[in-house]
Amino acid sequence: MAGIRTRREVFFNRAAIAGVMVALFIMLVPIYWIASTAFKPRNLATTIPPTVLFTPEVSPFVKLFTKRSQLRDPVSQEIYDAAPWWEQMVFDGGQKVVRSNKGVVRRSGYGQRFVNSLIIAITSTFLAVSMGTLTAYGFSRFKVKGEDDWLFFILSTRMLPPVVVAIPMFLMYRLVGLHDTHVGLIILYTAFNLSFSVWLMKGFIDEIPREYEEAALVDGYTRMQAFFKIVLPEAMTGIAATAVFCFITAWNEYAFALIMTNRRAQTAPPFIPSQVGSGLPDWTVIAAGTFLFLLPVAIFTFLLRNHLLRGMSFGAIRK
Amino acid sequence: MSDLAIRNLFIIPTITFLIVFNIFPLLYSLGYSFTDFRASTNAPAKFVGLDNYKFLLNDEFIWRNFTITAKYVIISVSGQVIVGFGMAMLLNRDIPLKGLITTLLMLPMMLSMAVVGLFWKLLYDPSFGIINYGLGLGKFEWLADPDVALYAVALTDIWMWSPFVMLLSLAGLSAVPKHLYEAAEIDRAGSFYTFTRITLPLVAPILMIAIIFRTMEAFKTFDLAYILSSQPTTELIAIRLYKMAFLEWQTGQSSAFAYIVLIMVVAITNLYVKYLNKVKER
Repeated sequence: MAGIRTRREVFFNRAAIAGVMVALFIMLVPIYWIASTAFKPRNLATTIPPTVLFTPEVSPFVKLFTKRSQLRDPVSQEIYDAAPWWEQMVFDGGQKVVRSNKGVVRRSGYGQRFVNSLIIAITSTFLAVSMGTLTAYGFSRFKVKGEDDWLFFILSTRMLPPVVVAIPMFLMYRLVGLHDTHVGLIILYTAFNLSFSVWLMKGFIDEIPREYEEAALVDGYTRMQAFFKIVLPEAMTGIAATAVFCFITAWNEYAFALIMTNRRAQTAPPFIPSQVGSGLPDWTVIAAGTFLFLLPVAIFTFLLRNHLLRGMSFGAIRK
Repeated sequence: MSDLAIRNLFIIPTITFLIVFNIFPLLYSLGYSFTDFRASTNAPAKFVGLDNYKFLLNDEFIWRNFTITAKYVIISVSGQVIVGFGMAMLLNRDIPLKGLITTLLMLPMMLSMAVVGLFWKLLYDPSFGIINYGLGLGKFEWLADPDVALYAVALTDIWMWSPFVMLLSLAGLSAVPKHLYEAAEIDRAGSFYTFTRITLPLVAPILMIAIIFRTMEAFKTFDLAYILSSQPTTELIAIRLYKMAFLEWQTGQSSAFAYIVLIMVVAITNLYVKYLNKVKER
């Protein structure tokens, strides 16, 4: 940037920084609110004026993972003292943890749903990105008859509202027994992300000079070896960016998960809203579920952040 | 392996997969759209010809759903473009910690729309929501007032997806060659002139792509609106379609509805792509 700045420029720059700060504040307040509510005792979640400073608690997370029922009578001091610390927290919230008749703590469905989400999102991301990369390479390096038409067809599979596709998919899945299975959702999310993955990866692979592989071929590599040893490492930034986007989409998908699953394979997005139920929802539990649910995406994005920003602008500028 | 074999090995599985899971189901439901069929019963489908289509196209409630959706798309996409592009203009300067700020600003779009919808219910709550408290609105009803609810849903969508427009605009802005600005400075061009004659035309194609993506997504919106509000004034097409197909179990009729929506999506996309090509040519 220029070394000498006019007074006007300095003023504009300061104004821009102030503007960015305001935008950052507005965009992050809701997220801070989710994160902080996840650590509040229940009675502080819905106070006016809002509670900003408080002693953080893990009780929302205890409640998130356990089955609970309302306390009908106040707990006696003996039971309270005999209970482990985390159960005491639930007592304080006017509830008790449900145990089976063998004394085993009954768990809520959240843990299982979270694991389902992980299995389905990771597998479908892996499939979509690997198939997408191969196909993109095929389109980028070889002559394909009607290439533009095929690419448009691939993109068009993404244009449909999910609910439109959901009706026939639901009927088909019921017919072949894929309804409420992990495999069923994995296939759906892979199909969903594949078009995106092919398009994004094609942009990246087009950027890698063909001379790299040609040199490798001259050196006695086979096409396959050239692809795996030369092209793939070069395309890593693109693969990382694509993977982040596919993962975010699969992880957060709601409509298909709501329609295509009910118990065994249900993921977390339909599960969290179903906890609201009737009456006054416990926002601390919902916030805890949301907070935990955001973590994998946030971690994944953070790990790949450099690729992501570069990858995004790459693909965007060219097209 | 020959190049041809590798090409086929790389391409054919993807194409086959997409055909099986996209074209085939659509043909399947095309068949159902001409029948009177309920997936909740075992009664066989009865062929009724074009009756479903006739019924739907004459149903005023369906047209209301389309009007609501159009309104929603216009409000939320234009809001996202203004906010997103504005943020990108601010960020396209010497800002300290730019990378970190950009990453933080992207947090909203990483969340699940369903979960965002759920949580904004708390933020919008008339008695203890922080929005009313922060803005000093008292007991203002965001979601229970039928006239306001659609705007409230759009506002949440703007919050969530402005960062997407921002990211694409930022990429576009950083691609504008610096020498153009230097030339404008030498010519003593005003900042308004520089913006309308240099910045905007060069960013237009990429901004257009952002608008296309966001329009398509807003048109498809289901989860956010479905969870945030149950007002009839926020019943977008996707919600109506979901209710028809999976709550009322009108499988035949909803297949026909899905086809009407499909034709509209294809038509809108084509219009957009034509316009995009025009913008690019300039």
